[in-house]
Amino acid sequence: MRESDIQINRVDWLVVAIYFALVIFGWFNIYAAVYDSQAPQSMFDMSINSGQQLVRIGISVVLIVLIMVADYRFFENLSLFIYLFFIALLVVTPFIGKEVNGQVLTVGFGSFRIQPGEFAKLATALALAKVMERPTFDLSKTKNQLVAFGVLLLPVALILLQPDTGTAMVYFSLLVMFYREGFPQRYYILGFGFIALTLLALGIENNLYLVAGIGLIILILILMGKKTWQRIVVFSLIGVGMIAYSYSIDFVVSKLPEHQQNRIMVLFNPNLDPLGVGWNVTQSKIAIGSGGLLGKGYLEGTQTKFDFVPEQHTDFIFCTLGEEFGWVGSLVVIGLFVTLLVRLVIMAERQKTRFSRIYGYGVISILLFHFMINIAMTIGLFPVVGIPLPFFSYGGSSLWSFTIMLFIFVKMDSSRAMQLGRLG
Amino acid sequence: MNDQRPVAIVIFIFLVGLVLLTKLFLIQVMDDSFMKKAERNAIQRVVDHPYRGLVYDRNGKLLVYNNPIFDLMLVPKEFEVGDTTKFLELFKISKEELIEAYEAARKYSYVKPSPLIKQISTTEFARMQDYLIDYPGLFIMTRSVRSYPLPIAAHALGYIGEINARQLERDSTNYYVQGDYTGLSGMERFYEEELRGNKGVKYKMVNVRGVDKGPFKDGEYDTASVAGKNITSTIDMELQRYGEMLMSGKKGSVVAIEPKTGEILAMISAPFYDPNDLTGSEFSKTYRSLNSDESKPLFNRPIMATYPPGSIFKVVQSLIGLQEGVLTPETTFACNKSLVACHNHPSPVNLFGAIRNSCNPYYHQAFRQIINQEVSSNTYKDTEIGLNAWRENVLKFGLGGRLGVDMPNEKGGDVPSSKYYDRFYGEGRWKYSTIYSLSIGQGEMLVTPLQMANLAAIFANKGYYYTPHLVKAVDGDPGQIPGKYQIKNEVGVDAHHFDMIQDAMAQALYGTATRAIIKDIEIAGKTGTAQNPHGEDHSVFVAFAPKNDPKIAIAVYVENAGWGGRAAASTASLMIEKYIRKEITRPELEKYVLAGNFIY
Repeated sequence: MRESDIQINRVDWLVVAIYFALVIFGWFNIYAAVYDSQAPQSMFDMSINSGQQLVRIGISVVLIVLIMVADYRFFENLSLFIYLFFIALLVVTPFIGKEVNGQVLTVGFGSFRIQPGEFAKLATALALAKVMERPTFDLSKTKNQLVAFGVLLLPVALILLQPDTGTAMVYFSLLVMFYREGFPQRYYILGFGFIALTLLALGIENNLYLVAGIGLIILILILMGKKTWQRIVVFSLIGVGMIAYSYSIDFVVSKLPEHQQNRIMVLFNPNLDPLGVGWNVTQSKIAIGSGGLLGKGYLEGTQTKFDFVPEQHTDFIFCTLGEEFGWVGSLVVIGLFVTLLVRLVIMAERQKTRFSRIYGYGVISILLFHFMINIAMTIGLFPVVGIPLPFFSYGGSSLWSFTIMLFIFVKMDSSRAMQLGRLG
Repeated sequence: MNDQRPVAIVIFIFLVGLVLLTKLFLIQVMDDSFMKKAERNAIQRVVDHPYRGLVYDRNGKLLVYNNPIFDLMLVPKEFEVGDTTKFLELFKISKEELIEAYEAARKYSYVKPSPLIKQISTTEFARMQDYLIDYPGLFIMTRSVRSYPLPIAAHALGYIGEINARQLERDSTNYYVQGDYTGLSGMERFYEEELRGNKGVKYKMVNVRGVDKGPFKDGEYDTASVAGKNITSTIDMELQRYGEMLMSGKKGSVVAIEPKTGEILAMISAPFYDPNDLTGSEFSKTYRSLNSDESKPLFNRPIMATYPPGSIFKVVQSLIGLQEGVLTPETTFACNKSLVACHNHPSPVNLFGAIRNSCNPYYHQAFRQIINQEVSSNTYKDTEIGLNAWRENVLKFGLGGRLGVDMPNEKGGDVPSSKYYDRFYGEGRWKYSTIYSLSIGQGEMLVTPLQMANLAAIFANKGYYYTPHLVKAVDGDPGQIPGKYQIKNEVGVDAHHFDMIQDAMAQALYGTATRAIIKDIEIAGKTGTAQNPHGEDHSVFVAFAPKNDPKIAIAVYVENAGWGGRAAASTASLMIEKYIRKEITRPELEKYVLAGNFIY
């Protein structure tokens, strides 16, 4: 009894408040997304999304209570079991799951269905924390890198079989956590350079500009350092390699079937095909853009509730918010996410065990990726990938998995005083 | 070693937030094109077309109304046919027609209505209405077309049709859009603004499939349509109908005016057409066939055809001469046929005799008195001064320019000035002998039948006229008619000069138009013959009656019907009797006119 009292006092109430603010705000937006002014239904009506989401929120609260009263060592001790359980579930999903639009995402019975892919994220974060917990675990060593990437790539491979590219991508967000834990910086520089070069090669119509740009940068790098002939040769080779790569990208794209080419090109210019591939982004931007500074007012939006935006209550829920609450609404939600993420960084840094710090960064990584990519895709900054906005989007699996993921960390944080002695 | 890495992560988080908020600011606050796109997406502007005003005759009888026609519409998404055989029986269509219409509707839209059966009659509609409830996805759409209880007065009333590109361009008020109907001729065009009313607009929301989702902002921006004003016309339906009967099968014009007011009682342009044919879906087909018809049924002769005024102009010459003081009732000239041809009658004649006998040499000599008043010693100069002074006087009679009747495309005719002859012969190179044919209304003069009828009204009124017009009241209020129709126009000839003229015109009937004489109704009239170089001359007659209290002034033109005393005088006489007595006492004359054999 005394023990739990202490824990309650140590709960980070800011995170809890932001969580509930996002969930409730999300719930209002889910109602708005399906609201029909001609046949208004109660927000609590179980036949519509908002009613069902309310039940899921209720279940989430139960989950939160269960997590908070559980022993703080529970998840740490069971982390590998949890991981293996969901890996096993992912393995069997294609065989026992339900097929929708060519994807097999869910398992369950009757109307109760969950997406193992959603829960496997938190299981992977737990497992990685467990694996990387040892003080001697140094991510600059190749052996350790192989172990960490093995744990990471196993679920990715299984999810790609479903296939669910969007969810699979999310796992790579854990590279943020790897970064914190000492994965060498040069890989990130290489990675970002690679991505930037790819995007530029695709985005810039005339490759000569790109060649000129690469040439100029290489030249500056050569001139800035010592002018030994080895250095000049190495930099020149790098430059040639970059140019060759950018041309090869264009070559590969031109060999792709036309509809896949379109998918890529629409990212750079949605107006190329506003009724086809660009439809989602075009309509999503119209919905958000028409919100103006203050929005059209709650339940007054026209683009989302009249189905101009597809998936408006799940992956495109941000459109409803942008349309009805305007830029100020966007500011509030983005502000809440940024505050939450920064708060989680502060919390992760104050953990007394490597396990809980690594897990904390896992949570940060996954939330950051979802938040960034989901909103970026609704405003045309990123291609459309089907991943939900945490706490906000409609859907049980995503809400529950994010809730469990976040509150396991909140629980760890509230128990950090008791972990004092175990600090390695 | 890793101390700066958490800071880098925090910076990255802030950067993400900043990039997202900046991009959002750009599309939400800086760029308002998305708002317009959103409106285009979801807000549909539905125009509420007003009820077009009706047109009544001068006695309150309906001339033009709106006839509702019904289309049975089908929404494929909601449509359920159930028992097909019964359905086909009830709606009286074949299975093939139903399948064809349904396929066409599906092709157009699954959720928007398409026509299943077009233009259902009112009785059919009443029958169908009871069954409609059993068939979801079917409903009746009402449209309205102009309709005419009697197939008369097509030219005066005009027709409506889709606005054309040029009219759209000229519409500075931006009232019209492509596809709107507008008055294209006659009163429909002239009183378009009164008749059309004002469109209303409703904004409704639609979803991505075009399904109605209710009014936008609870109808805050909606406006109601305002029905058009009803117009009471000056036309006497019975007289118009009778006149068209008399003129059927002929070419020509009849214009009857109430002299005291300038109200047009009847305006007939023959050949005519049934105005009901120029409505609804038949419009373009009928229009094409009427437009290519060689007898030009669309040509509005009373205001667009121009003819030399002929002998009737002698009355105007007499009045100008009297007013100028160069003629008196006692002025006598010999019927000198060496000057200009004439028919046989006693000679010499005074002014009265000249009118009665329509003596050409008399006016040849009288007109010289009017023109050459010896203001200048130079004959050429004197003629020029005289002609222009005379022309000023003639213009006051409503000739040589548009009268301003309330119909579009009125012609003004022509009264030549000195400039015309200067251009033709050279300055100072023409004199009276060049222009003498004006004296008997020939030569370069042109008038419309409307102007001739107006002349008859001037003779009846002893020197004034109201601009002829077709509108008696707007929305039942006579005060709303255009102000110019309430102004009295003086012709500048003293009333007492008309007394003798009227007597002479009354007497003229006994000389030149005995057929026109009606027992108990004293008619003052003058025959004319408009020379036609292309064939038989046109028969012309102007008159007013009763002479002592004129109720009707009339001009009749029957093309290619020869001498004015026959076709035109007989028609005018019947019209006068019809209007004043409301019945015809001379069936044999009516038969004569209807038979139409005027040349023998």
